Amino acid sequence: MEPPPGAAPPAGGPGALRRNAVALGFLAPAVIILSVWIIYPTCYTIARSFFGQQGFGDFVGIDNYKALFTPFNSHNILLKAIKNSAIWILVAPAMVTAIGLIFAVLTERIRWAVAFKTVVFMPMAISLFATGVIWHVMYIKDPSQGAVNAGVGAIRSWFVSPGALSNALPSTSTLTGSPQKGYVLTKPISAGGTAQLGLTAIPPTDLSSSAKQVVVPRAKAGAIEGIVWRDFKPGGGVVGKPEQGELGIPGVHVNLLDSAGKKAGGATTGDDGAFEFKDVKGGGYKVSIDKSTFAAPFGGVSWLGSQLITPSIIIAYIWVWAGFAMVVIGAGLAAISREVLEAARTDGATEWQVFRRITVPMLAPVLSVVFITMLINVLKVFDIVISIAPGSTQSDAAVIAVQMWRQSFGGVNDFGLGSAIAVFLFVLVVPVLLLNVRRFKREV
Amino acid sequence: MKKGWLAIAALVGALALAAGLGMSKANASSHNSSAVSGNISIVGVWTGAEQKNFQAVLNGFTKKYPNVKVKYKSTGDNTPTVLSTAVAGGNPPDLASVSQPGLVRDFQKKGALKSLDFAKGTLAKNYPASIVNIGKINGHVYGLLIKGANKSTVWYNVASFKAAGIKPPKTWGQFTKAIGTLRASGQIPLSVGGADGWTLTDLFENIYLRQAGVAKYNALSTHKIKWTDGSVVKALKTMGSILQSANMSGGTSGALQTDFPTSVSNVFSKKPKAAMVIEGDFVPGVISPNPLKPGSGYNVFPFPTIGNTAGYVEGGGDELMMFKDNPATRALVNYLATGAAQSIWAKRGGYTAPAKTVPPSAYPDAITRTTATAVGKAKAFVFDLSDLQPASFGATVGQGEFKIFQDFLKTPSNSAGISRTLEAAAAKAYKSGK
Repeated sequence: MEPPPGAAPPAGGPGALRRNAVALGFLAPAVIILSVWIIYPTCYTIARSFFGQQGFGDFVGIDNYKALFTPFNSHNILLKAIKNSAIWILVAPAMVTAIGLIFAVLTERIRWAVAFKTVVFMPMAISLFATGVIWHVMYIKDPSQGAVNAGVGAIRSWFVSPGALSNALPSTSTLTGSPQKGYVLTKPISAGGTAQLGLTAIPPTDLSSSAKQVVVPRAKAGAIEGIVWRDFKPGGGVVGKPEQGELGIPGVHVNLLDSAGKKAGGATTGDDGAFEFKDVKGGGYKVSIDKSTFAAPFGGVSWLGSQLITPSIIIAYIWVWAGFAMVVIGAGLAAISREVLEAARTDGATEWQVFRRITVPMLAPVLSVVFITMLINVLKVFDIVISIAPGSTQSDAAVIAVQMWRQSFGGVNDFGLGSAIAVFLFVLVVPVLLLNVRRFKREV
Repeated sequence: MKKGWLAIAALVGALALAAGLGMSKANASSHNSSAVSGNISIVGVWTGAEQKNFQAVLNGFTKKYPNVKVKYKSTGDNTPTVLSTAVAGGNPPDLASVSQPGLVRDFQKKGALKSLDFAKGTLAKNYPASIVNIGKINGHVYGLLIKGANKSTVWYNVASFKAAGIKPPKTWGQFTKAIGTLRASGQIPLSVGGADGWTLTDLFENIYLRQAGVAKYNALSTHKIKWTDGSVVKALKTMGSILQSANMSGGTSGALQTDFPTSVSNVFSKKPKAAMVIEGDFVPGVISPNPLKPGSGYNVFPFPTIGNTAGYVEGGGDELMMFKDNPATRALVNYLATGAAQSIWAKRGGYTAPAKTVPPSAYPDAITRTTATAVGKAKAFVFDLSDLQPASFGATVGQGEFKIFQDFLKTPSNSAGISRTLEAAAAKAYKSGK
């Protein structure tokens, strides 16, 4: 039985403590925890931010705050951190909410919805730091180690295959060209001449096991004889001269170009690296090695390099949180009355119109919950950035929370500057918090 | 309710009594081993296997002084922060060991340290003067190097060198020629751990020491000469000449993403991705189990000389400092400075003894023996320059020396620009005192 309004017991007066003792008793632990661990550190941090590195004896006023915004030598990491945080705020919450919405709507229709939702939600079960370590390993540039680049490389290999001697270089300047265009022997040859094309920087494992000792080619009338060989023996040897201990390179495609540069013949080298162009007349020919021999293997996309590091981390972050968004929005979706949707469909609305004009507006409160939660999370993002970015791109990937930690605990030991960054972060989060509180009040 | 209060009061009383008994004062003189007693707390950076080894050294001490209890706490990479907080809170440990001499200087300036001059006798007997000088501030010893590292070493894959038909180079000219020959043999010459900026600073320091000499090196380490000095630009040019993309495993972008342990496993492998890794004597201890055997699989040669610089060693190490002075702590400091104590650690591997009284036979294998004794025998020994800098310039990931040298790795031809960036960052750090 509710007491009528206005008949509540007087707030003050004798016995007030006694009456409220039970309530105070229950509130006390929360009050103690809040004061000791939240209110006192907040006040201490705000106070500390006005002092320098040496402690409370070193008053610096607003110098720490000025440092937040002063550009310095293009190495002002604080400014980069603020820029990166802005990118995170603009991209991550929106993408997480959108992908969550799409998954939630799609999984409504399928039969194995529960299994799908479980799989998409599973990343939430591991810590963000562990996620960071997993993705760091997946993003490794070397396609033989990084899973993402292995996948990209597999797709690329359907269209492009690497050459047999992808690292090879000419051993002397008699060969000109580049790995992209192929190499050509600059000195023109006439019929009855010989061509020696020496290549270096070839690991012994790149040579076929059938490779044999190279032999200096002997001139033959009406033909052009030549060799393609690995111009290296232990110790270096004499560059440009085929020597004992140096192997010919089998299976190389050699082209004969006439004086106009057109292909006049082709040949493949044998086991000792020798090739022959028969029935050659006249002169002015050039011998070249086809560029396909040098096609470089896939080196891997630099996901952890300075251009792609922030998008790479955001992708990993979305992988973690899309499941959360999907589950919350899915719950909201289930609460929408089916009749409204059915009525719209009977009236002839397409699925897209139903989605855009009915589902989304009705989901607006749920979407705003997810969006605001993600916004607060993204402002604080820390462990995933530290664990994914290698040392060389830590400053390119820096966000505000990471910089606060680095300045305070990561080696610099400047608690004054760290406190100023913490206060700045707090000021950024407060509007979002107020939005959330207002929304709660409205709902109640 | 009343009974409950009584129980709590009794518990608190018992705890207070125990605490009081625990803080027994050390008495008598330190001549009599069993008369020295007390509790010593020591904080350090060593974890894992290194911690076990240090514990063995401490056990040797407690055998000599049975009435003293020593407790070691490991704080790893957070040691500077933990110590700063402890000192600020007025509750520091008795002893601490750190890798940055700059930190020792910071604490001494704050007045938190006690001088180690009482150990002068032990030091004179056991240490070369140049190593004692590293810990001296204003003529008094405040820091004592108890674990050294020889950073003037280059580790290589024996099979790669055999395939290329080359021998370990002695001079810089032979070194660059070896790089060319390795490339021609189809093996990438260098493995660079560019993700960890400190590996790049070590390479710069080795080159600078040999090109500019000890006096200029010491001047640069205290910012008496600027980073825009001609000698610095010259060293950067030399460094840039070998850090070409074609010389490094993974190219420039791969090297920037390779961390130090991976850079070691690139060389210490049956199918090596590169032939050489330029880092200190701790390299073999980094990967375990090691797929290669010392001598037949991997080996080491001293950093190549530039000019007449044989016997020049650039190294690092951990310094011991004292916060509270009492007979028990003094006994421990004197013990740790002796060759006997350091031999215990040397036998267990992964350790270079600063004391000259540690016999070469104390080291577990021939390779460790060579790199470790080079420190004691050095013609000139200098400390790692980046460890001597203010933390925001020389010891922080993502900024200062680490970041700027990583930028240099990206553009190795830009010696002049990088030297200017280094000077600007150094000036800022020295001005603000951090």
